[in-house]
Amino acid sequence: MANNKITIKDTELYYSDFHALKNINMDIVENEITAFIGPSGCGKSTLLKSLNRMNDLVEGCKITGDIRLDGEDIYGDMDINMLRKRVGMVFQRPNPFPMSVYDNIAYGPRTHGIKSRIALDEIVENSLRGAAAWDDFKDRLKQSALGLSGGQQQRLCIARAIAVEPEVLLMDEPTSALDPISTGKIEELVQELKDKYTVVIVTHNMQQAARISDVTAFFLLGELIEKGKTDQIFSVPQDKRTEDYITGRFG
Amino acid sequence: MSKYNKKIREGIVSVAFLISALVSVAAVILISIFIFANGFSAIGKIGFVDFIFGQTWKPANNQFGIFPMIIGSIYVTLGAVLIGAPIGVMTAIYLAEYCPKKFYSVFSGLVNLMAGIPSVLYGFFGLVVLVPLIRNNLDSQGMSLLAASVLLGIMILPTIVAISQASLKAVDPGYYEGSLALGATHERSIFAVKLRAARSGIFSAVILGVGRAIGETMAVIMVAGNQAIIPKSVLDGVRTMTGNIVIEMGYATDLHRQALLATAAVLFVFILIVNLTFSLVLRRSLN
Repeated sequence: MANNKITIKDTELYYSDFHALKNINMDIVENEITAFIGPSGCGKSTLLKSLNRMNDLVEGCKITGDIRLDGEDIYGDMDINMLRKRVGMVFQRPNPFPMSVYDNIAYGPRTHGIKSRIALDEIVENSLRGAAAWDDFKDRLKQSALGLSGGQQQRLCIARAIAVEPEVLLMDEPTSALDPISTGKIEELVQELKDKYTVVIVTHNMQQAARISDVTAFFLLGELIEKGKTDQIFSVPQDKRTEDYITGRFG
Repeated sequence: MSKYNKKIREGIVSVAFLISALVSVAAVILISIFIFANGFSAIGKIGFVDFIFGQTWKPANNQFGIFPMIIGSIYVTLGAVLIGAPIGVMTAIYLAEYCPKKFYSVFSGLVNLMAGIPSVLYGFFGLVVLVPLIRNNLDSQGMSLLAASVLLGIMILPTIVAISQASLKAVDPGYYEGSLALGATHERSIFAVKLRAARSGIFSAVILGVGRAIGETMAVIMVAGNQAIIPKSVLDGVRTMTGNIVIEMGYATDLHRQALLATAAVLFVFILIVNLTFSLVLRRSLN
């Protein structure tokens, strides 16, 4: 039976005076891929960043409501660094650190106290395998990550994110800066990831959402308009606005 | 007609810019020629080894060994960097990462003001505060390598703070966010990722500080004691190359005067080395 990994209740978010999220209620199911779609400024990235509290960095950001990870209030007593370890993130623009491929992946485990070289070697290999990047990277672990292509960098960032063994992976338009071939590889990878992780992906690309996600949520002007099984959203949308968006009438 | 006028006007403007640019180029070339031509003739007369490695500076006896002053400049600069670099870099980290917004403009304004204070005022501060402090608390007559190092360490702060801070601020915010998103703390994200990304900028800030310290003259003379001997401890007096030139230029004649110009040539070589290192580091950081 499907298990709710994250529950979002009555959530409102303001950036100073701007009401960015309006009364959001939704559940995110374990080991499924949930896609957030909608036009720019609809709040989909904002909601994503609320799930690992990256919005805390934004000045004037105020959030109310109740967001829980496995029933635990993430804006309550939960340690924020622990939350971010459990809820990993892949950013829109690949952001490998200015260090070697190996050190990039080992950064997270080291942060959480793993020092043994043998353990780190194993984590690095497993993470790269998990990101379907081991064959590409095994001979260049010592190379600077900044010399890699955009697609390789993004796969490295995914490997880096899974190296801390998160439970949830948030992906903020992870392919928008990549070429079609790299995009295809990442999409394939995301589908493999759902066996182990709960994935939430924000995308501008409706075909991408249709191709890879199990559940799609459509946002407009800070509101959740409709959420459902992806094939239903794209074949028989319940709301006129969803239909208008996915048929390309606006956005 | 108007097309013709436009062409002339553009020609005049570009010549004006060219002349302005040539002023700096000419100044550098002329200074180099003047210093090296005069310097080399003195070094030729005194002998290279006797001049550079000679330990005795007694112009009255025609002994012109500037080794104590070379060592003096190196010691003072090293001392200044040992004191100024850690404080400057930490100040930059504080300003870039920790300083509350409402204090920021006051704080960074004060640091920038430090750069504008004339060095003779720093010298006075050293003379009135640092020298007595050392004289009264340590076994020293006060004017010393220690006093000069501390004072120069303070004087190079604005250079180090400004450039380190600029390079910290230029670090892609994605690094910091990426680190936080892995569950790292603010501190770890700054020290393990941001500082690492900014390290060549910070290194070049320190090198510029070195350049400033080695060339500083007025403030150093006022607190260094200026004995032309190699100091045995940080509490002894010390004379730098810059000090050597300024103190004696007023009355030096003939070979003595030329020896001072040769000192300037050696100083110039040091400055060139520092600048070369700076541009190498900068080029590496841009690649």
